[in-house]
Amino acid sequence: MADSTGKPAIVVEGLERSFGDVLAVQGIDLRVDEGEIYGFLGPNGAGKTTTVRMLTTLLLPTGGRASVAGFDVAGEARQVRASIGVALQEAALDPLMTGRELIRLQATLQGLPTDAGRKRADELLERVGLTYAAERRVGGYSGGMKRRLDLAAALVHEPRVLFLDEPTTGLDPVSRKTIWEEVQALNDDGTTVFLTTQYLEEADQLADNVGIIDRGRIVAEGTPEELKGEIGNPHIELTVGEGAVPEAERAVAALGELRPRKGDGRVLLEVENGAADIPRVVRALDEAGIGVESLELVRPTLDDVFVEKTGHHLEAEDGQESDAGDEEPAPA
Amino acid sequence: MSELASGARVVRALGARSIRQTFRRPQLISPIVVFPTLLLAIQTGGAGAGIELPGFPPVQSFLQFMLAGSMMQSMMLAGNSGGIAFAVDIEMGFTDRLFASPIPRFAIVLGRLAGTAALGLFASLWFLAIGLIFGAHIEGGVPGALLAIALITASAIAVGGIGAAIALRTGSASVVQGLFPLVLVVLFLSSAFFPQELMIEPAKTIAEYNPFSFIVEGVREPIISGVEARPTLEAVAAIAGILLLGLGLSARALRHRLRTG
Repeated sequence: MADSTGKPAIVVEGLERSFGDVLAVQGIDLRVDEGEIYGFLGPNGAGKTTTVRMLTTLLLPTGGRASVAGFDVAGEARQVRASIGVALQEAALDPLMTGRELIRLQATLQGLPTDAGRKRADELLERVGLTYAAERRVGGYSGGMKRRLDLAAALVHEPRVLFLDEPTTGLDPVSRKTIWEEVQALNDDGTTVFLTTQYLEEADQLADNVGIIDRGRIVAEGTPEELKGEIGNPHIELTVGEGAVPEAERAVAALGELRPRKGDGRVLLEVENGAADIPRVVRALDEAGIGVESLELVRPTLDDVFVEKTGHHLEAEDGQESDAGDEEPAPA
Repeated sequence: MSELASGARVVRALGARSIRQTFRRPQLISPIVVFPTLLLAIQTGGAGAGIELPGFPPVQSFLQFMLAGSMMQSMMLAGNSGGIAFAVDIEMGFTDRLFASPIPRFAIVLGRLAGTAALGLFASLWFLAIGLIFGAHIEGGVPGALLAIALITASAIAVGGIGAAIALRTGSASVVQGLFPLVLVVLFLSSAFFPQELMIEPAKTIAEYNPFSFIVEGVREPIISGVEARPTLEAVAAIAGILLLGLGLSARALRHRLRTG
């Protein structure tokens, strides 16, 4: 995280958006400080994109209020737009333009003089590693190249707040990592980043604070560590073989809290001190003469948090809905 | 830089993009150039003797008579292509990039219309060149040619406004594309391809009140006869009416799109 000034970059109070009688965003509150990366996590249809569209002035709220970079999204939309960079879902790029044409057009839209726009385009194409493809039409770019170009276009005027709507959806792991590194570098330079994602690992890796949205409501908010801490301690997962489970449980019962058996030769022991408890557990099993096939320390994940808060898994649902496209609003 | 100069720069940049987009996408440029050129060739070759009909206006050749109609057809298809391209921008989310920029939002429509105007200019030059190459006279000389070019270019903006309004309202390229046959109906129910005096009812009456007939006659007169005030003013009035309608509908459709997302 870049040094935070403690000043708010984004303030949202009771924000709502309905489409007819369908309430897609149901009175959410959140605050993002300057210099922070805020991860907005939720499945398809949760209200992430609708929220981002309101914060980027693409959609008027039907209730509540929000300010970005100190400007009201409804009453001072032009000032908001001058302060933000936006890379929307599905990389809204014209396949018939070249990479350089796109960045230069974006520079014109942001009011940069011609020479400054040309220079900035060169810098940004270099920064995202696309100089070699600058004269090629975007239609021939790979998914990762398109995302990097979209990111470069969003940075053309050095925005104070950057909105990235699912910047790595559909990308291969290498391209995803490249985008993560770039987002981290931008944040290190002081840019506030509002990142929506349906990938738990992405939020965990990048975000200083995470908001979990489900069916239009924020169901949890905090640092990834705080959120994971809320749902319990890490646990040690021991594989001892089916017949040895009762005996192993007796041997380690005093060292933590046993979790319910899964019936597959494993013992799950919740411990307070994480890795520091492993030697004691190993000694206890050794003294009881029980052989251990494998031992693993399992920490709570954001998926555990998601399950705890919403009652369903995030990434399993993504697997089912990964090609669902744009969001379907939740019923009111 | 003043607000106006900054807005003009944005309109110019978006217009330039719109022109590049049209020339890089064959399905957008071919209706503007290929189709009207082929129709001109077929009609001139097959119906050239029509100028001998009693009541046909005095012209040097059927090609000379047809040039205005071909320019109109090309210009109207340019307006339709502009609407299709705008709808494609909406479908692929490119307009969100524009809406999220700190520019006057109507500049996005004006940028598109600037591109369509350039295509109208191109269409008029193309058909004037074809006419001159194949022996048609421009009776109004250079001023007449310039007048025809100006009227077609202005018409392109007006018709493009209607295309942009439909694109903004529907956000669907296929809907705008579906208007292609309507363009032909509107043209065939005007004096674009046949003198109004020789039409039969009810086409004759429809053509008499069709605003595109006034524009065609305004463009045709300097080609077949010379520059005259009345047809020019009638054409300007028709263009102004369509322009006001197109811009009004575009502004309304834009407001609706911004309100509903």
